[in-house]
Amino acid sequence: MSDTTDTGPVLAADGTPLKRSLARALRRQKLRALMLIAPLLLFVLLTFILPIVDMLFRSVENQIVSETLPKTVVELRDWDASSGELPGEAVFAALAADMKVAVEEKTHTRLGSRLNYEKTGMSSLFRKSGRKVKRWDLVEDAPFKEKFIDIDKDWGDIEVWRTIQTYSPKLTNGYFLNSVDMQKGVDGAEARPENQQIYITLFGRTLFMSLMITGSCILLAYPVAWILANLPSRTANMLMILVLLPFWTSLLVRTSAWKVMLQQQGVINDVLVWLGLVADDSRLVMINNQFGTIVAMTHILLPFMILPMYSVMQTIAPTYLRAAKSLGATNWTAFWRVYFPQSVPGIGAGSILVFILAIGYYITPEIVGGTKGVFISNRIAYHISSSLNWGLAAALGTILLAVVLILYWAYDKIVGIDNVKLG
Amino acid sequence: MKFTKLTALALSTAICAPAAFAADMADEMTIVSWGGAYSHSQQMAYHEPYMAKTGVKIINDESSNEAVAKLRAMNEAGNVTWDVVDVVAADAMRLCDEGLAMEIDPDTMLAPAPDGTSAADDFGELLVSECFIPQIVYSTTFGYRTDLVGDTPPTSVCDVFDLEGYPGKRALEKRPINNMEWALLCDGVPKAEVYDVLETPEGQERALAKLDTIKDSVIWWSAGADTPQLLADGEVVMGSTYNGRLFSVIEEQDQPVAMLWDAQVFDLDGWIIPAGLSEERKARALDYIMFATDTQRLADQAKYISYGPARKSSAPLVGKHEELGIEMAPHMPTDPENAKNTFLYNYEFWADYRDDIDAKFQAWLAK
Repeated sequence: MSDTTDTGPVLAADGTPLKRSLARALRRQKLRALMLIAPLLLFVLLTFILPIVDMLFRSVENQIVSETLPKTVVELRDWDASSGELPGEAVFAALAADMKVAVEEKTHTRLGSRLNYEKTGMSSLFRKSGRKVKRWDLVEDAPFKEKFIDIDKDWGDIEVWRTIQTYSPKLTNGYFLNSVDMQKGVDGAEARPENQQIYITLFGRTLFMSLMITGSCILLAYPVAWILANLPSRTANMLMILVLLPFWTSLLVRTSAWKVMLQQQGVINDVLVWLGLVADDSRLVMINNQFGTIVAMTHILLPFMILPMYSVMQTIAPTYLRAAKSLGATNWTAFWRVYFPQSVPGIGAGSILVFILAIGYYITPEIVGGTKGVFISNRIAYHISSSLNWGLAAALGTILLAVVLILYWAYDKIVGIDNVKLG
Repeated sequence: MKFTKLTALALSTAICAPAAFAADMADEMTIVSWGGAYSHSQQMAYHEPYMAKTGVKIINDESSNEAVAKLRAMNEAGNVTWDVVDVVAADAMRLCDEGLAMEIDPDTMLAPAPDGTSAADDFGELLVSECFIPQIVYSTTFGYRTDLVGDTPPTSVCDVFDLEGYPGKRALEKRPINNMEWALLCDGVPKAEVYDVLETPEGQERALAKLDTIKDSVIWWSAGADTPQLLADGEVVMGSTYNGRLFSVIEEQDQPVAMLWDAQVFDLDGWIIPAGLSEERKARALDYIMFATDTQRLADQAKYISYGPARKSSAPLVGKHEELGIEMAPHMPTDPENAKNTFLYNYEFWADYRDDIDAKFQAWLAK
């Protein structure tokens, strides 16, 4: 008897092994907890996670070519672009058949716009050809090769066919290559011509300027937060309103206000000229460049740095400083060795907030950034709302998201995310 | 792609929920336009009379800026909440290409001119896309500060490139369209050959090289209101913008600004009807379009804003400004005195070359 009790499982009251019984109870508890947060989870999933995943998926999705030209894509599979010869009549016949269906469904112009992102001229090629193909008869009007080339000599251009072939697969890495200034060439990926390279520069600039903005926010916010945390609470609350007031003001109003302040006929330049510090014909250029963007964005994001710093500094007991000084520390040593380390979590929280907000900003850079102060998000916005190249916008967005996640991970490794406090 | 539709639906209901409820109700329609003085002119010339005539309630939505992107999102979600949308011709063409706008038959869907001329002839070559119903002709042209240009005010668009004769900053739009054409024109390319030259990579380089000569003196704008503000502040000596904006700076706000009509680029703005409307809503939208684009209505709009009506038959009916009481005809971009040297926006060309040239232009800007 005693042997079995030693080696056999411990049983619960109903006879099941205790381990399993406990696990079941725990599972039930977890399930109940999950049910409680289910509405929120579902909401977040539907309105936040799914749209983002969907948008990210567009960066590789490329079904439009094989859906619009199903027969052509199959026929074109065996064609060798490097042979230097046009595809045969079979491909042109398939194209005629596909185009006829596409014109019926009005999808051919859509494909034209899609391929125009890769090769200039595709848009009008498809629009023009659609009008003609509509009137053709698939049996009587064969052969089609000459007829297509008659419509537009571009159909006799090997590059056009190579583009269609390259973008036939349902998934493509073309958008991602484009976002890092590369393109799909004859032998795989190659660098874009130098006069079209822009995205790497913009990514670099976005990171650099976001760091600059975060840095200047730390420098400006630290003393303010310190004063707020060390004043009697009545005065501190009054001053707090001054911090919060701009926080409640519209972003556009604040950005436009900086325009009035910084422009060459603006308030600051007028004052400097009046004081005689600057000659009237050499007024300072402080806007429509990086300087303007950094100043305006630092101002706009400053509350996001002050607030976490303030709430952390409030919890630092003044007795520590007094103790340090009574033990013979100078003011500087007491601050640097005792006070500052305790305020680091506030700096960490503020920096993450400001940096992540800054990296995705686009309204302020658009208004005050000129040409050298714009961010990658300005290009993303352009591709979403203006050029309609959502695939490229999605690819740029994915890269930006990945960069932020990598930086977050690096921050966790170096500083430690546990070391961040909002109060 | 059920999943895509689902998320798109979730997205668009979140964005367009207020409009969605409105559109389902009878006798209401949502009309999308640009807002500001332009929407006001449409409200007075089209919406008010139409509402008085039919009792339909018109809801204004000021989203024309993002109309193309929003319509695409709505279409993917299968829930289009707009009935009539005001867009520029290039956008109308893109919407048509994407299958997002309905094709219009000018003979059956648009009113003929009072003298019986068919709508197709009355609009003429301005019907640039199958889906587009032109409304106004506007132009992108230059304005300059009369007090900052000395005794010899600029007379040619090439004065924009003359930094010695007219020192100071200039405002240009932050996109290649128009700027590239002006640059080539002032680099000695004859007007008829501008697009042939711009088609080639060498031509594009040439245009950018010309723009390079003034690059450091340019403030790049992206909103139509920027240039008028920059001119009023004296930040720039001259700048390009839409002629209606300059009209209001000069005539309504009385600033020391004058128009330089030389080499103005004509562009069109007009209506499209989104594809995929229910029969009931489509009929209502078509009825509105028939009313709002007839000869008299187009001429009426010119009482409130200095844009030229798109119909030939409307031109003689253009009268005085409703509030200022000044004769509007001389302020129209189409007035013979102003239209001595003009361009028409080349829609086909830019539909093909926009992505390519824009990539180069932006790379050049960032350099």
